[in-house]
Amino acid sequence: MSEPSKKLRVATASLAGCFGCHMSLLDIDERLTELLEHVELDASPLTDQKHVGTCDIGLIEGGLCNADNVHVLRAFRRHCKILVAVGACAVNGGLPAQRNHLDIRDCLQSVYLTGLGVERGFIPNDPELPLPLAQVHPLHDVVKIDYFLPGCPPSADAIWQFLSDLIAGRTPQLGHGLIRYD
Amino acid sequence: MSDAPQTFVLDGEAVEFSPGQSILQAALAGGSYIPSLCYHPEFKPHGSCKVCTVKVNGRAAASCTTPARAGDVVELQSEELQDLRKNLVQFLFTEGNHFCPSCEQSGDCQLQAVGYELGVVSGHYNPLFPTRNVDASHPDVLLDLNRCILCELCVRASSIVDKKDVFALSGRGITKHLVVNAESGRLADTALQLSDKAMSVCPVGAILRKRHGFATPIGQRTFDKQPVSALAIQKAQAKTTDEGTR
Repeated sequence: MSEPSKKLRVATASLAGCFGCHMSLLDIDERLTELLEHVELDASPLTDQKHVGTCDIGLIEGGLCNADNVHVLRAFRRHCKILVAVGACAVNGGLPAQRNHLDIRDCLQSVYLTGLGVERGFIPNDPELPLPLAQVHPLHDVVKIDYFLPGCPPSADAIWQFLSDLIAGRTPQLGHGLIRYD
Repeated sequence: MSDAPQTFVLDGEAVEFSPGQSILQAALAGGSYIPSLCYHPEFKPHGSCKVCTVKVNGRAAASCTTPARAGDVVELQSEELQDLRKNLVQFLFTEGNHFCPSCEQSGDCQLQAVGYELGVVSGHYNPLFPTRNVDASHPDVLLDLNRCILCELCVRASSIVDKKDVFALSGRGITKHLVVNAESGRLADTALQLSDKAMSVCPVGAILRKRHGFATPIGQRTFDKQPVSALAIQKAQAKTTDEGTR
């Protein structure tokens, strides 16, 4: 039997987000090599592995705008010891939640039926497509979240500080300039 | 009577005060930051946001409206009180629509800065996502009630300084909201002008100047440069020095 890996297993996902937080993670630049000395990636857009396995840390970007987002989030919660909401959308719904004061039916109709330039439109109803939720929710509306890393996106330095603390077994502490909501 | 300055005890340290100063004013002047939102040094304290709550001789009180008294024992930094302040700020974030990434006030916003200071990283509660009005009728001013935290600073400024009574609060509880003084309910039909004091006191991004967006880039704004605690202490101490030399 091979030695069990000493590295922390980390999974990441982008739900109702824009991948900006993943880009910001990549923005830690050469510190990525140091990070990879401590962690190995599980399910993530970076590995293209789709199903999350048992992990130490799950990083989730984006809020919940459809049924699939909720399934992925619940799978992450089941498999990750520590689940982190990364970025404004995961923390409070962010940009996608700006539709929350509109009726979902009106949204779909104006996009697919009555919108400017739409001809022979119809509201997509393929069973493959996840159903949109009536409102966009932050992650903590549905599962327990262990840590929040706000920002749109959180800066590379904030992500690095956060992950360094977590990897070292400390409670992440972000000081002035690293906690940001914008 | 002796001329020795009077003191109270703040988290175990003696803090000097002059007669008439509130606990909040004396603490700031002495270099201890007490978070606040509805307090403004130029206006009579209001005591409504409760973010400045301390315990005076074991009883909770808003430090902006509580006069400093010799010998009082004031508790500021306890875990219980820090949690309470954090909760109040989280209530404000979750009961309004505070979408910082698209807000022109971001970086200059007192609510945001106090959130940073208190280490608020999430709203904690389930957000309400209320439907609130945006009034863009005024040629020079945008009124966005999504961000209003009901501090009444604009109400006070418009009434006391501008003598116009442009703003008021209406309703109770969760339906309480800012209204403007016009039959039509539109800001355009009020006497509000850009030069009014009411234009410069909003701690959040509810009252904004039009055509002024991003004049100062994100990253170079008030609270990007220094935390709200350092700024509040600096301002209070500058004011004290100013009064001392007068």
